[in-house]
Amino acid sequence: MENKQISPFTLFLLRFKKQKPAILALIILLLILAIAIFAPLLAPYDYTTPNYSNRLLSPSFSHFAGTDNTGRDVFSRLLFGARVSLSIGFISVTMGMVVGTVLGIIAGFVGGVFDSIVMRIADVLFAFPSILLAIGIVAVLGQGIVNVILAIAIFSSPVFARIVRGSTLAIRNTQYIKAAETMGASKRRIMFIHIFPGTISSILVYFTMRIGTSILTAAGLSYLGLGAKEPSPEWGAMLASGRDLMYGHPYLTIFPGIAIFITVLSFNILGDGLRSALDPKD
Amino acid sequence: MFKYIIKRLLGMIVVMFFVSVVVFFFIHLLPGDPAQVIAGPEATDADIQNIRISLGLDKSLFYQYCHFITNLLSLNLGTSISYDKPVWDILEKRYPVSLTLACCSLWFIPVGILIGVLSAVYKNKFIDYMAMTFAISGISIPDFWLGLLLMIVFSSELGWFNSTGYDSLKDMVLPAITLGTIGTAIIARFTRSAFLDILSENYINTARAKGLRETQVIWKHSFKNAVLPIITVVGLQVGGLMGGSIVVERIFSLPGLGSLLLDAVNSRDYPIIQVLLLLYSFHFIVINFMVDVLYIVINPQIRLK
Repeated sequence: MENKQISPFTLFLLRFKKQKPAILALIILLLILAIAIFAPLLAPYDYTTPNYSNRLLSPSFSHFAGTDNTGRDVFSRLLFGARVSLSIGFISVTMGMVVGTVLGIIAGFVGGVFDSIVMRIADVLFAFPSILLAIGIVAVLGQGIVNVILAIAIFSSPVFARIVRGSTLAIRNTQYIKAAETMGASKRRIMFIHIFPGTISSILVYFTMRIGTSILTAAGLSYLGLGAKEPSPEWGAMLASGRDLMYGHPYLTIFPGIAIFITVLSFNILGDGLRSALDPKD
Repeated sequence: MFKYIIKRLLGMIVVMFFVSVVVFFFIHLLPGDPAQVIAGPEATDADIQNIRISLGLDKSLFYQYCHFITNLLSLNLGTSISYDKPVWDILEKRYPVSLTLACCSLWFIPVGILIGVLSAVYKNKFIDYMAMTFAISGISIPDFWLGLLLMIVFSSELGWFNSTGYDSLKDMVLPAITLGTIGTAIIARFTRSAFLDILSENYINTARAKGLRETQVIWKHSFKNAVLPIITVVGLQVGGLMGGSIVVERIFSLPGLGSLLLDAVNSRDYPIIQVLLLLYSFHFIVINFMVDVLYIVINPQIRLK
């Protein structure tokens, strides 16, 4: 490279700017985030109180997405649902990422017995399909949103542990780590001050994509009756409660599904874009 | 070559051992006394004591684990609490349904590969954009929502299929489409990138320079080299079918292992949950092992060593 003054971050921004779909996805996600934050201001109706005189109204100008079987405005519930679904995604994946990253760095740097133990645990967790692991964990801990978050955090952590361990192994033999060791830096300092920044780019891509997957899994668990429950406006739970009325009132299943789909799609497109922008190839 | 296979086999047995330990401890992770939990809230002290003895919960953990494994190996899977029948008898009826569903869903392998190859060959053309839009949508769409939409369109509006239940193979069409979609999408994305890597290699240029037909360049020269990384991803997706079938069985009310598991979770039928956790994960492990072996057998770099 000729121009050495460009920092890696500037380079990343320049490359990311070319990823048009990813930028669109980012804008959509920021919009959804704004909806989640300002839901009380945006929602035209109260999302919790039933209004039995307005049961099962089809979508119209007064109720954009119709009303459910207790007369609550589906559109308002969808806006509030953004809070629940986004929180589940962010909290669970952040927990999994922190645990996985710390374990991955230590395993990659220290090696030996600790490395073997962490990687065998990861193997065992990988031996369960993720939805099955989540069902198993919920079966032990009981149903509900908090346990769903825990379950997703548990099966997200080995993903991060593996990736971070891989990056750590690649970084630990570089010159600057050798230099830091020679200068007498402590192990902890080397791991978290010198190695960690080098793993951030791969973490970022997986973090973005995992949030999408987690929102899907959480909605799936709610659909199966193991996660969020009525009266929570979680999108999967809304979809599940609209299921029985699917034939006469398909909008009760269609709209929450669209909300989940667009959100997850945006996270995946953003993740793809970040990957291309961070990939040293091409 | 055999050295590699045996190494993988041993690795698989080790993972299976750990999985069995995890599933064994599962019942001890439950809050409270397992015997109490299994007996339910209305049980008398005598009932609880009986369960404790019949499950060996009064013995040491090590003894219990050995007991658990010997029972499994002799195919004595215990008795279901809610059905009051041997777990084996229940599995016998449920298992074929799930297996049929998984087999019917294997359409995703050829379709996914075909979409991926077309997309790579027509890179940045209309076909590529269409294919990749489909692929990213396929990994983002909630499977339960897709299933319901298919039901609304093809069962309710068009009346082509029954919406729920399982009487004939025809009832597997919509579930198999639902279950296979995500695999198609993932394989298409992966095949495309594997192919693009190879199409930029020098030997492909050589093949083209020799004047070979494009179909031959693609299916003979490129495909042979792209197939190895693709196999790994296909294997993961086939392994994932069992997990995905849990949701799909629930959507379409298919009487398979997935709906059995969900019912067992709801009724706290722990003997069934334990067996199913083991069964699902063993499937996953064995499929991954078979993929590894296939990889070794196909890859001349390892095979000819």
